[in-house]
Amino acid sequence: MSPASISFRSPAADRTLYRALALCAGLVAAILALILVYLTVASASLLVADAEAGGGLWQTQWSPSAGVFGLLAMLVGSAAVSVLALLIAVPPGLVLAIWGRFFAPPGIGALYRGTMGLLASIPSVVYGFWGLVVLVPWLNRWAPPGASLLAGALILALMILPILVLQADLALEEARRRHLAGAMALGASVSGTVRRVLLPAAAPHLVPAVLLQLGRALGETMAVLMVAGNVVQLPDSLAAPIRTLTANIALEMAYASGAHQTALFASGWLLLMLVTVLMLVARHLAARVARGARDAT
Amino acid sequence: MLRARQGRFLLLTLVVTLFVAACSRDASQRLVVTGSSTIAPLATVLAERFEARHPGVKIDVQAGGSARGIADVRQGLATLGMVSRALKPEEGDLAADTIAHDGITMIVHRNTPVTSLTREQIVAIYTGQLRNWNEVGGPDAAITVVNKAEGRSTLELFLSHFKLSAPAIRADVVIGDNQQGIKTVAGNPQAIGYVSIGTAEYEASRGGPIRLLPLDGIEPSTATVSAGRFPLSRPLNLVHRGELGGIARDFVDFARSTEVHDLVTGQYFVPLAGR
Repeated sequence: MSPASISFRSPAADRTLYRALALCAGLVAAILALILVYLTVASASLLVADAEAGGGLWQTQWSPSAGVFGLLAMLVGSAAVSVLALLIAVPPGLVLAIWGRFFAPPGIGALYRGTMGLLASIPSVVYGFWGLVVLVPWLNRWAPPGASLLAGALILALMILPILVLQADLALEEARRRHLAGAMALGASVSGTVRRVLLPAAAPHLVPAVLLQLGRALGETMAVLMVAGNVVQLPDSLAAPIRTLTANIALEMAYASGAHQTALFASGWLLLMLVTVLMLVARHLAARVARGARDAT
Repeated sequence: MLRARQGRFLLLTLVVTLFVAACSRDASQRLVVTGSSTIAPLATVLAERFEARHPGVKIDVQAGGSARGIADVRQGLATLGMVSRALKPEEGDLAADTIAHDGITMIVHRNTPVTSLTREQIVAIYTGQLRNWNEVGGPDAAITVVNKAEGRSTLELFLSHFKLSAPAIRADVVIGDNQQGIKTVAGNPQAIGYVSIGTAEYEASRGGPIRLLPLDGIEPSTATVSAGRFPLSRPLNLVHRGELGGIARDFVDFARSTEVHDLVTGQYFVPLAGR
Protein backbone atom coordinates (compact mmCIF):
# COMPACT_ATOMS: atom_id res chain seq x y z
CA MET A 1 0.00 0.00 0.00
CA SER A 2 1.53 3.28 -1.04
CA PRO A 3 1.39 6.24 1.38
CA ALA A 4 -0.69 8.22 -1.14
CA SER A 5 -3.65 5.92 -0.80
CA ILE A 6 -4.07 6.63 2.91
CA SER A 7 -3.72 10.41 2.60
CA PHE A 8 -6.58 12.85 2.04
CA ARG A 9 -8.47 12.27 -1.14
CA SER A 10 -8.51 15.97 -1.93
CA PRO A 11 -5.07 17.41 -2.64
CA ALA A 12 -6.37 20.85 -1.59
CA ALA A 13 -7.04 19.66 1.97
CA ASP A 14 -3.57 18.13 2.00
CA ARG A 15 -2.01 21.38 0.92
CA THR A 16 -3.92 23.33 3.59
CA LEU A 17 -2.79 20.93 6.28
CA TYR A 18 0.77 21.15 5.04
CA ARG A 19 0.67 24.95 5.14
CA ALA A 20 -0.82 25.02 8.63
CA LEU A 21 1.83 22.64 9.95
CA ALA A 22 4.61 24.54 8.21
CA LEU A 23 3.33 27.78 9.74
CA CYS A 24 3.33 26.26 13.24
CA ALA A 25 6.80 24.81 12.82
CA GLY A 26 8.09 28.08 11.37
CA LEU A 27 6.57 30.06 14.24
CA VAL A 28 8.29 27.93 16.86
CA ALA A 29 11.61 28.15 15.04
CA ALA A 30 11.17 31.92 14.70
CA ILE A 31 10.47 32.36 18.42
CA LEU A 32 13.61 30.39 19.24
CA ALA A 33 15.63 32.48 16.79
CA LEU A 34 14.15 35.68 18.26
CA ILE A 35 15.15 34.64 21.79
CA LEU A 36 18.70 34.04 20.59
CA VAL A 37 18.79 37.34 18.72
CA TYR A 38 17.31 39.22 21.67
CA LEU A 39 19.76 37.70 24.16
CA THR A 40 22.69 38.43 21.87
CA VAL A 41 21.62 42.04 21.31
CA ALA A 42 20.86 42.59 25.00
CA SER A 43 24.26 41.31 26.07
CA ALA A 44 26.24 42.51 23.03
CA SER A 45 27.98 45.42 24.77
CA LEU A 46 29.57 43.02 27.26
CA LEU A 47 30.22 40.18 24.83
CA VAL A 48 32.56 42.34 22.78
CA ALA A 49 34.08 44.22 25.75
CA ASP A 50 37.82 43.96 26.10
CA ALA A 51 39.17 41.91 28.97
CA GLU A 52 41.93 44.46 29.48
CA ALA A 53 39.34 47.13 30.14
CA GLY A 54 38.24 45.12 33.17
CA GLY A 55 34.85 44.50 31.62
CA GLY A 56 35.42 41.08 30.12
CA LEU A 57 33.22 38.09 30.82
CA TRP A 58 36.05 35.58 30.84
CA GLN A 59 37.31 36.07 34.36
CA THR A 60 36.37 34.61 37.72
CA GLN A 61 35.71 37.89 39.51
CA TRP A 62 32.02 38.91 39.79
CA SER A 63 31.30 42.14 41.63
CA PRO A 64 28.52 44.11 39.95
CA SER A 65 28.91 47.09 42.29
CA ALA A 66 32.49 47.50 41.01
CA GLY A 67 31.47 46.91 37.39
CA VAL A 68 33.32 43.59 37.10
CA PHE A 69 31.23 40.92 35.42
CA GLY A 70 33.26 37.71 35.11
CA LEU A 71 31.12 34.68 34.30
CA LEU A 72 33.87 32.06 34.19
CA ALA A 73 33.40 30.83 37.78
CA MET A 74 29.67 30.42 37.23
CA LEU A 75 30.19 28.67 33.91
CA VAL A 76 32.49 26.21 35.68
CA GLY A 77 29.97 25.94 38.52
CA SER A 78 27.10 25.13 36.15
CA ALA A 79 29.14 22.54 34.26
CA ALA A 80 30.60 20.95 37.41
CA VAL A 81 27.31 20.57 39.26
CA SER A 82 25.54 19.15 36.18
CA VAL A 83 28.27 16.68 35.24
CA LEU A 84 28.58 15.55 38.85
CA ALA A 85 24.80 15.06 39.01
CA LEU A 86 24.99 12.86 35.90
CA LEU A 87 27.84 10.83 37.38
CA ILE A 88 25.72 10.25 40.47
CA ALA A 89 22.44 9.57 38.65
CA VAL A 90 23.32 7.59 35.51
CA PRO A 91 24.75 4.33 36.92
CA PRO A 92 21.91 3.73 39.43
CA GLY A 93 19.42 4.91 36.81
CA LEU A 94 20.56 2.27 34.31
CA VAL A 95 20.70 -0.44 36.96
CA LEU A 96 17.21 0.42 38.18
CA ALA A 97 15.79 0.41 34.64
CA ILE A 98 17.35 -2.98 33.87
CA TRP A 99 16.22 -4.40 37.19
CA GLY A 100 12.68 -3.08 36.82
CA ARG A 101 12.33 -4.45 33.30
CA PHE A 102 14.13 -7.81 33.42
CA PHE A 103 14.70 -9.00 36.96
CA ALA A 104 11.87 -7.65 39.12
CA PRO A 105 8.55 -9.53 39.29
CA PRO A 106 6.30 -7.89 36.65
CA GLY A 107 3.89 -6.44 39.20
CA ILE A 108 6.65 -4.81 41.23
CA GLY A 109 8.36 -3.58 38.05
CA ALA A 110 5.14 -1.86 36.95
CA LEU A 111 4.61 -0.37 40.41
CA TYR A 112 8.20 0.83 40.34
CA ARG A 113 7.73 2.57 36.98
CA GLY A 114 4.56 4.20 38.31
CA THR A 115 6.50 5.53 41.30
CA MET A 116 9.19 6.92 39.01
CA GLY A 117 6.51 8.70 36.97
CA LEU A 118 5.19 10.24 40.17
CA LEU A 119 8.66 11.33 41.30
CA ALA A 120 9.30 12.89 37.90
CA SER A 121 6.25 15.11 38.29
CA ILE A 122 7.32 16.67 41.61
CA PRO A 123 8.20 20.35 41.00
CA SER A 124 11.88 21.14 41.35
CA VAL A 125 11.27 23.76 44.04
CA VAL A 126 9.98 20.99 46.32
CA TYR A 127 13.25 19.08 45.88
CA GLY A 128 15.09 22.34 46.56
CA PHE A 129 13.14 23.06 49.73
CA TRP A 130 13.73 19.55 51.00
CA GLY A 131 17.42 20.01 50.22
CA LEU A 132 17.53 23.30 52.12
CA VAL A 133 15.90 22.05 55.33
CA VAL A 134 17.10 18.42 55.39
CA LEU A 135 20.05 17.69 53.09
CA VAL A 136 22.12 20.84 53.71
CA PRO A 137 21.98 20.65 57.56
CA TRP A 138 22.84 16.95 57.29
CA LEU A 139 25.85 17.58 55.02
CA ASN A 140 26.87 20.43 57.32
CA ARG A 141 27.74 17.96 60.07
CA TRP A 142 30.53 16.47 57.95
CA ALA A 143 31.55 19.23 55.63
CA PRO A 144 30.50 22.75 56.63
CA PRO A 145 28.86 24.86 55.31
CA GLY A 146 26.72 22.11 53.82
CA ALA A 147 25.39 24.27 51.02
CA SER A 148 27.84 23.15 48.36
CA LEU A 149 28.64 21.74 44.95
CA LEU A 150 27.88 18.28 46.36
CA ALA A 151 24.48 19.29 47.76
CA GLY A 152 23.53 20.82 44.40
CA ALA A 153 24.67 17.73 42.51
CA LEU A 154 22.78 15.40 44.85
CA ILE A 155 19.53 17.34 44.50
CA LEU A 156 19.95 17.50 40.72
CA ALA A 157 20.72 13.77 40.60
CA LEU A 158 17.55 13.09 42.56
CA MET A 159 15.59 15.24 40.12
CA ILE A 160 16.90 13.71 36.91
CA LEU A 161 16.97 10.10 38.11
CA PRO A 162 13.23 9.30 37.63
CA ILE A 163 13.06 10.57 34.05
CA LEU A 164 16.37 8.90 33.27
CA VAL A 165 14.99 5.58 34.52
CA LEU A 166 11.81 6.01 32.48
CA GLN A 167 13.71 6.90 29.30
CA ALA A 168 16.15 4.03 29.74
CA ASP A 169 13.20 1.75 30.40
CA LEU A 170 11.53 2.77 27.13
CA ALA A 171 14.74 2.19 25.17
CA LEU A 172 15.28 -1.21 26.79
CA GLU A 173 11.68 -2.25 26.19
CA GLU A 174 12.03 -1.41 22.52
CA ALA A 175 15.26 -3.40 22.31
CA ARG A 176 13.65 -6.30 24.12
CA ARG A 177 10.69 -6.34 21.77
CA ARG A 178 13.04 -6.63 18.80
CA HIS A 179 15.78 -8.89 20.05
CA LEU A 180 14.72 -10.90 23.10
CA ALA A 181 13.03 -13.73 21.25
CA GLY A 182 16.06 -14.18 18.97
CA ALA A 183 18.51 -14.14 21.88
CA MET A 184 16.42 -16.61 23.87
CA ALA A 185 16.16 -18.88 20.83
CA LEU A 186 19.97 -18.93 20.70
CA GLY A 187 20.02 -20.11 24.31
CA ALA A 188 21.54 -16.97 25.86
CA SER A 189 21.04 -16.27 29.56
CA VAL A 190 19.02 -13.26 30.73
CA SER A 191 22.06 -11.43 32.09
CA GLY A 192 24.07 -12.24 28.94
CA THR A 193 21.23 -11.04 26.73
CA VAL A 194 20.90 -7.78 28.65
CA ARG A 195 24.64 -7.13 28.58
CA ARG A 196 25.58 -8.26 25.10
CA VAL A 197 22.40 -7.70 23.08
CA LEU A 198 19.88 -5.34 24.64
CA LEU A 199 22.21 -2.67 26.09
CA PRO A 200 24.16 -2.22 22.81
CA ALA A 201 20.89 -2.17 20.89
CA ALA A 202 19.40 0.45 23.23
CA ALA A 203 22.57 2.57 23.38
CA PRO A 204 21.61 4.95 20.52
CA HIS A 205 18.57 5.97 22.59
CA LEU A 206 20.35 5.96 25.94
CA VAL A 207 23.10 8.43 25.02
CA PRO A 208 20.72 11.24 23.90
CA ALA A 209 18.52 10.54 26.94
CA VAL A 210 21.49 11.11 29.25
CA LEU A 211 22.54 14.28 27.41
CA LEU A 212 18.96 15.57 27.51
CA GLN A 213 19.07 15.21 31.29
CA LEU A 214 22.40 17.06 31.29
CA GLY A 215 20.62 19.92 29.54
CA ARG A 216 17.89 19.80 32.15
CA ALA A 217 20.43 19.86 34.97
CA LEU A 218 22.19 22.88 33.41
CA GLY A 219 18.90 24.75 33.16
CA GLU A 220 17.60 23.97 36.65
CA THR A 221 17.40 27.12 38.76
CA MET A 222 15.40 27.10 41.98
CA ALA A 223 16.53 23.78 43.44
CA VAL A 224 20.20 24.60 42.86
CA LEU A 225 19.81 28.15 44.11
CA MET A 226 18.46 26.87 47.41
CA VAL A 227 21.21 24.35 48.18
CA ALA A 228 24.40 25.25 46.30
CA GLY A 229 25.53 28.21 48.43
CA ASN A 230 25.72 30.68 45.52
CA VAL A 231 29.23 31.96 46.28
CA VAL A 232 30.97 33.04 43.09
CA GLN A 233 34.22 31.06 43.08
CA LEU A 234 35.97 28.20 41.35
CA PRO A 235 35.16 25.14 43.48
CA ASP A 236 38.28 23.60 45.06
CA SER A 237 36.43 20.69 46.66
CA LEU A 238 33.04 18.97 46.68
CA ALA A 239 32.15 20.84 49.87
CA ALA A 240 32.81 24.25 48.34
CA PRO A 241 29.77 26.43 47.62
CA ILE A 242 29.27 27.41 43.99
CA ARG A 243 26.94 29.61 41.95
CA THR A 244 25.46 28.49 38.65
CA LEU A 245 24.59 30.75 35.70
CA THR A 246 20.87 30.20 36.25
CA ALA A 247 21.06 30.94 39.98
CA ASN A 248 22.98 34.12 39.17
CA ILE A 249 20.11 35.38 37.03
CA ALA A 250 17.43 34.41 39.54
CA LEU A 251 19.29 35.91 42.52
CA GLU A 252 20.04 39.28 41.04
CA MET A 253 17.57 40.03 38.24
CA ALA A 254 15.06 41.80 40.49
CA TYR A 255 17.63 44.40 41.48
CA ALA A 256 19.76 44.72 38.38
CA SER A 257 19.86 47.67 36.05
CA GLY A 258 22.23 49.01 33.40
CA ALA A 259 25.45 47.07 32.88
CA HIS A 260 24.53 44.67 35.67
CA GLN A 261 21.36 43.71 33.79
CA THR A 262 23.37 43.31 30.60
CA ALA A 263 25.68 40.93 32.45
CA LEU A 264 22.70 38.85 33.54
CA PHE A 265 21.53 38.66 29.95
CA ALA A 266 25.05 37.54 29.07
CA SER A 267 24.66 34.76 31.66
CA GLY A 268 21.55 33.63 29.83
CA TRP A 269 23.30 33.87 26.48
CA LEU A 270 26.22 31.79 27.73
CA LEU A 271 23.83 29.17 29.08
CA LEU A 272 21.96 29.01 25.77
CA MET A 273 25.25 28.55 23.92
CA LEU A 274 26.33 25.82 26.33
CA VAL A 275 23.06 23.92 25.89
CA THR A 276 23.16 24.35 22.10
CA VAL A 277 26.69 22.95 21.88
CA LEU A 278 25.63 20.11 24.14
CA MET A 279 22.66 19.22 21.96
CA LEU A 280 24.82 19.26 18.82
CA VAL A 281 27.28 16.91 20.54
CA ALA A 282 24.35 14.71 21.60
CA ARG A 283 23.13 14.36 18.03
CA HIS A 284 26.59 13.66 16.75
CA LEU A 285 27.21 11.04 19.43
CA ALA A 286 23.84 9.39 18.92
CA ALA A 287 24.48 9.12 15.19
CA ARG A 288 27.91 7.62 15.82
CA VAL A 289 26.64 5.12 18.38
CA ALA A 290 23.83 4.13 16.04
CA ARG A 291 26.33 3.60 13.20
CA GLY A 292 28.57 1.60 15.50
CA ALA A 293 25.66 -0.57 16.57
CA ARG A 294 24.70 -1.17 12.94
CA ASP A 295 28.26 -2.09 11.99
CA ALA A 296 28.52 -4.51 14.89
CA THR A 297 25.39 -6.48 13.94
CA MET B 1 -38.84 45.94 11.07
CA LEU B 2 -36.50 43.64 12.88
CA ARG B 3 -33.52 45.29 11.17
CA ALA B 4 -34.65 48.71 12.30
CA ARG B 5 -35.09 47.58 15.87
CA GLN B 6 -31.64 45.98 15.85
CA GLY B 7 -30.17 49.15 14.43
CA ARG B 8 -31.81 51.26 17.14
CA PHE B 9 -30.57 48.85 19.80
CA LEU B 10 -27.04 49.07 18.44
CA LEU B 11 -27.19 52.87 18.42
CA LEU B 12 -28.46 52.88 22.00
CA THR B 13 -25.65 50.53 23.08
CA LEU B 14 -23.12 52.75 21.38
CA VAL B 15 -24.40 55.90 23.06
CA VAL B 16 -24.51 54.25 26.48
CA THR B 17 -21.01 52.84 26.06
CA LEU B 18 -19.59 56.20 25.04
CA PHE B 19 -21.40 57.93 27.88
CA VAL B 20 -20.09 55.46 30.46
CA ALA B 21 -16.58 55.64 29.00
CA ALA B 22 -16.64 59.43 29.15
CA CYS B 23 -17.85 59.41 32.75
CA SER B 24 -15.26 56.91 33.90
CA ARG B 25 -12.53 58.92 32.24
CA ASP B 26 -13.60 61.92 34.29
CA ALA B 27 -13.66 59.95 37.53
CA SER B 28 -10.63 57.70 37.08
CA GLN B 29 -7.23 58.84 38.18
CA ARG B 30 -4.02 56.95 37.74
CA LEU B 31 -1.05 57.07 40.07
CA VAL B 32 2.26 55.47 39.15
CA VAL B 33 4.54 54.37 42.00
CA THR B 34 7.91 52.76 41.18
CA GLY B 35 11.12 51.87 42.99
CA SER B 36 12.45 49.74 45.85
CA SER B 37 11.45 46.10 45.75
CA THR B 38 11.58 46.14 49.56
CA ILE B 39 8.71 48.61 49.69
CA ALA B 40 6.80 47.32 46.65
CA PRO B 41 4.86 44.56 48.49
CA LEU B 42 3.80 47.07 51.16
CA ALA B 43 2.88 49.68 48.56
CA THR B 44 0.82 47.07 46.71
CA VAL B 45 -1.35 46.24 49.73
CA LEU B 46 -1.61 49.93 50.62
CA ALA B 47 -2.74 50.63 47.07
CA GLU B 48 -5.35 47.88 47.20
CA ARG B 49 -6.96 49.31 50.34
CA PHE B 50 -6.73 52.86 48.98
CA GLU B 51 -8.37 51.83 45.70
CA ALA B 52 -11.17 50.10 47.59
CA ARG B 53 -11.91 53.36 49.42
CA HIS B 54 -11.57 55.62 46.39
CA PRO B 55 -13.45 54.04 43.49
CA GLY B 56 -12.05 55.10 40.15
CA VAL B 57 -8.50 55.47 41.39
CA LYS B 58 -5.93 53.13 39.85
CA ILE B 59 -2.52 52.83 41.50
CA ASP B 60 0.22 51.15 39.49
CA VAL B 61 3.07 49.80 41.67
CA GLN B 62 6.26 48.66 39.92
CA ALA B 63 9.40 47.32 41.61
CA GLY B 64 12.86 47.99 40.22
CA GLY B 65 15.08 49.22 43.02
CA SER B 66 15.41 52.49 44.91
CA ALA B 67 17.61 53.88 42.14
CA ARG B 68 14.81 53.38 39.64
CA GLY B 69 12.34 55.10 41.97
CA ILE B 70 14.53 58.19 42.06
CA ALA B 71 15.24 58.15 38.33
CA ASP B 72 11.56 57.69 37.44
CA VAL B 73 10.44 60.58 39.65
CA ARG B 74 13.11 62.85 38.19
CA GLN B 75 12.10 61.96 34.64
CA GLY B 76 8.42 62.28 35.44
CA LEU B 77 7.69 58.63 34.66
CA ALA B 78 6.32 58.12 38.18
CA THR B 79 4.56 60.46 40.57
CA LEU B 80 5.91 58.71 43.64
CA GLY B 81 9.18 56.82 44.02
CA MET B 82 9.78 54.11 46.61
CA VAL B 83 13.21 54.55 48.21
CA SER B 84 14.29 52.25 51.04
CA ARG B 85 16.93 54.58 52.53
CA ALA B 86 17.32 58.17 53.59
CA LEU B 87 17.83 60.57 50.70
CA LYS B 88 21.44 61.46 49.89
CA PRO B 89 22.60 65.11 49.92
CA GLU B 90 22.75 65.18 46.09
CA GLU B 91 19.07 64.21 46.00
CA GLY B 92 17.97 67.50 47.54
CA ASP B 93 15.65 68.18 44.59
CA LEU B 94 13.34 65.49 45.96
CA ALA B 95 11.16 65.40 49.06
CA ALA B 96 10.65 62.24 51.10
CA ASP B 97 7.77 61.04 53.27
CA THR B 98 8.62 58.14 55.58
CA ILE B 99 5.83 55.55 55.68
CA ALA B 100 7.56 52.88 57.84
CA HIS B 101 10.91 51.66 59.12
CA ASP B 102 12.85 48.52 58.39
CA GLY B 103 15.59 47.16 60.62
CA ILE B 104 18.22 44.51 60.00
CA THR B 105 19.37 42.12 62.70
CA MET B 106 22.20 39.63 62.95
CA ILE B 107 20.87 36.12 63.55
CA VAL B 108 22.53 32.92 64.73
CA HIS B 109 21.23 29.45 65.54
CA ARG B 110 19.46 29.19 68.93
CA ASN B 111 21.91 26.50 70.12
CA THR B 112 24.93 28.75 69.66
CA PRO B 113 26.17 29.87 73.11
CA VAL B 114 27.26 33.25 71.71
CA THR B 115 24.73 35.89 72.77
CA SER B 116 26.38 39.06 71.56
CA LEU B 117 29.02 40.19 69.11
CA THR B 118 30.77 43.52 68.92
CA ARG B 119 30.83 45.58 65.77
CA GLU B 120 34.53 44.71 65.25
CA GLN B 121 33.82 41.00 65.62
CA ILE B 122 31.04 41.12 63.03
CA VAL B 123 33.31 42.95 60.60
CA ALA B 124 36.12 40.42 61.22
CA ILE B 125 33.75 37.50 60.68
CA TYR B 126 32.38 38.91 57.44
CA THR B 127 35.82 39.76 56.04
CA GLY B 128 37.16 36.28 56.83
CA GLN B 129 39.71 37.28 59.49
CA LEU B 130 37.75 35.44 62.17
CA ARG B 131 36.77 31.96 61.09
CA ASN B 132 36.07 29.97 64.24
CA TRP B 133 33.40 30.37 66.90
CA ASN B 134 35.93 29.68 69.69
CA GLU B 135 37.52 33.08 69.00
CA VAL B 136 34.32 34.78 70.14
CA GLY B 137 33.49 32.51 73.08
CA GLY B 138 31.72 29.75 71.24
CA PRO B 139 32.49 26.09 70.53
CA ASP B 140 35.36 24.97 68.31
CA ALA B 141 33.55 25.08 65.00
CA ALA B 142 34.02 26.90 61.71
CA ILE B 143 31.75 29.90 61.18
CA THR B 144 29.40 29.71 58.22
CA VAL B 145 29.00 33.24 56.92
CA VAL B 146 25.64 33.85 55.27
CA ASN B 147 25.54 36.88 52.99
CA LYS B 148 22.91 38.44 50.73
CA ALA B 149 23.11 38.52 46.94
CA GLU B 150 24.42 41.63 45.24
CA GLY B 151 21.83 44.34 44.63
CA ARG B 152 19.61 43.53 47.63
CA SER B 153 18.84 46.60 49.70
CA THR B 154 19.47 44.61 52.89
CA LEU B 155 23.05 44.02 51.71
CA GLU B 156 23.51 47.70 50.91
CA LEU B 157 22.32 48.75 54.36
CA PHE B 158 24.51 46.12 56.03
CA LEU B 159 27.56 47.19 54.03
CA SER B 160 27.09 50.89 54.63
CA HIS B 161 26.47 50.40 58.35
CA PHE B 162 29.63 48.36 58.87
CA LYS B 163 31.57 50.38 56.28
CA LEU B 164 32.38 47.30 54.22
CA SER B 165 32.68 46.87 50.47
CA ALA B 166 30.96 44.02 48.66
CA PRO B 167 34.15 42.35 47.28
CA ALA B 168 35.74 42.35 50.79
CA ILE B 169 33.15 39.92 52.14
CA ARG B 170 34.13 36.25 52.40
CA ALA B 171 30.81 34.41 52.37
CA ASP B 172 30.13 30.69 52.62
CA VAL B 173 26.51 30.91 51.54
CA VAL B 174 24.85 33.61 49.45
CA ILE B 175 21.10 33.86 49.78
CA GLY B 176 18.28 35.66 48.03
CA ASP B 177 15.38 36.54 50.29
CA ASN B 178 14.93 36.75 54.06
CA GLN B 179 13.14 33.41 54.35
CA GLN B 180 16.00 31.56 52.66
CA GLY B 181 18.38 33.25 55.13
CA ILE B 182 16.33 32.18 58.13
CA LYS B 183 16.03 28.60 56.86
CA THR B 184 19.78 28.47 56.23
CA VAL B 185 20.65 29.68 59.74
CA ALA B 186 17.94 27.54 61.37
CA GLY B 187 19.43 24.45 59.75
CA ASN B 188 23.04 25.22 60.63
CA PRO B 189 24.23 25.78 64.23
CA GLN B 190 27.49 27.34 62.96
CA ALA B 191 25.87 29.92 60.73
CA ILE B 192 25.57 33.67 61.15
CA GLY B 193 23.46 35.84 58.90
CA TYR B 194 21.43 39.03 58.76
CA VAL B 195 17.80 39.51 57.81
CA SER B 196 14.96 41.97 58.18
CA ILE B 197 14.00 42.40 61.87
CA GLY B 198 10.28 42.00 61.30
CA THR B 199 10.77 38.63 59.58
CA ALA B 200 13.27 37.39 62.19
CA GLU B 201 11.09 38.49 65.12
CA TYR B 202 8.06 36.77 63.64
CA GLU B 203 10.01 33.59 62.95
CA ALA B 204 11.59 33.50 66.44
CA SER B 205 8.19 34.08 68.09
CA ARG B 206 6.85 31.10 66.17
CA GLY B 207 9.55 28.89 67.69
CA GLY B 208 12.07 28.97 64.83
CA PRO B 209 15.51 27.92 66.15
CA ILE B 210 17.15 31.31 65.63
CA ARG B 211 18.46 33.98 67.98
CA LEU B 212 18.55 37.71 67.27
CA LEU B 213 21.83 39.30 68.38
CA PRO B 214 21.79 42.75 70.00
CA LEU B 215 23.81 45.42 68.25
CA ASP B 216 25.83 47.99 70.24
CA GLY B 217 23.94 46.73 73.30
CA ILE B 218 20.53 47.53 71.85
CA GLU B 219 17.98 44.75 71.60
CA PRO B 220 16.82 44.16 68.01
CA SER B 221 13.05 44.42 67.98
CA THR B 222 10.35 46.25 66.12
CA ALA B 223 9.92 48.35 69.28
CA THR B 224 13.51 49.67 69.33
CA VAL B 225 13.36 50.29 65.59
CA SER B 226 10.16 52.30 65.80
CA ALA B 227 11.61 54.27 68.73
CA GLY B 228 14.55 55.10 66.45
CA ARG B 229 17.07 53.56 68.85
CA PHE B 230 18.23 50.56 66.83
CA PRO B 231 21.30 51.54 64.80
CA LEU B 232 20.96 49.15 61.86
CA SER B 233 17.69 50.43 60.47
CA ARG B 234 16.43 52.51 57.60
CA PRO B 235 13.40 54.55 56.69
CA LEU B 236 11.08 53.41 53.91
CA ASN B 237 10.25 56.53 51.94
CA LEU B 238 7.88 57.69 49.26
CA VAL B 239 9.72 60.43 47.38
CA HIS B 240 8.32 63.04 45.03
CA ARG B 241 9.30 66.20 43.28
CA GLY B 242 7.77 69.61 43.85
CA GLU B 243 4.29 70.03 45.33
CA LEU B 244 2.13 66.96 45.58
CA GLY B 245 -1.50 67.44 44.83
CA GLY B 246 -4.79 65.59 44.65
CA ILE B 247 -4.77 61.86 44.76
CA ALA B 248 -0.99 61.48 45.30
CA ARG B 249 -1.16 63.69 48.44
CA ASP B 250 -4.12 61.65 49.68
CA PHE B 251 -2.25 58.41 49.12
CA VAL B 252 0.88 59.56 50.99
CA ASP B 253 -1.25 60.76 53.93
CA PHE B 254 -3.12 57.46 53.87
CA ALA B 255 0.15 55.49 53.88
CA ARG B 256 1.34 57.44 56.94
CA SER B 257 -1.91 57.10 58.87
CA THR B 258 -2.62 54.75 61.77
CA GLU B 259 -5.31 52.92 59.84
CA VAL B 260 -2.67 51.07 57.81
CA HIS B 261 -0.54 49.87 60.75
CA ASP B 262 -1.89 46.36 60.32
CA LEU B 263 -0.69 46.34 56.70
CA VAL B 264 2.78 47.60 57.70
CA THR B 265 3.25 44.98 60.42
CA GLY B 266 1.78 42.39 58.07
CA GLN B 267 4.79 42.99 55.80
CA TYR B 268 7.14 42.68 58.84
CA PHE B 269 7.99 46.36 58.77
CA VAL B 270 7.80 48.74 61.70
CA PRO B 271 5.02 51.37 61.62
CA LEU B 272 5.70 55.03 62.38
CA ALA B 273 5.87 55.61 66.13
CA GLY B 274 3.43 57.63 68.21
CA ARG B 275 0.68 58.10 65.71
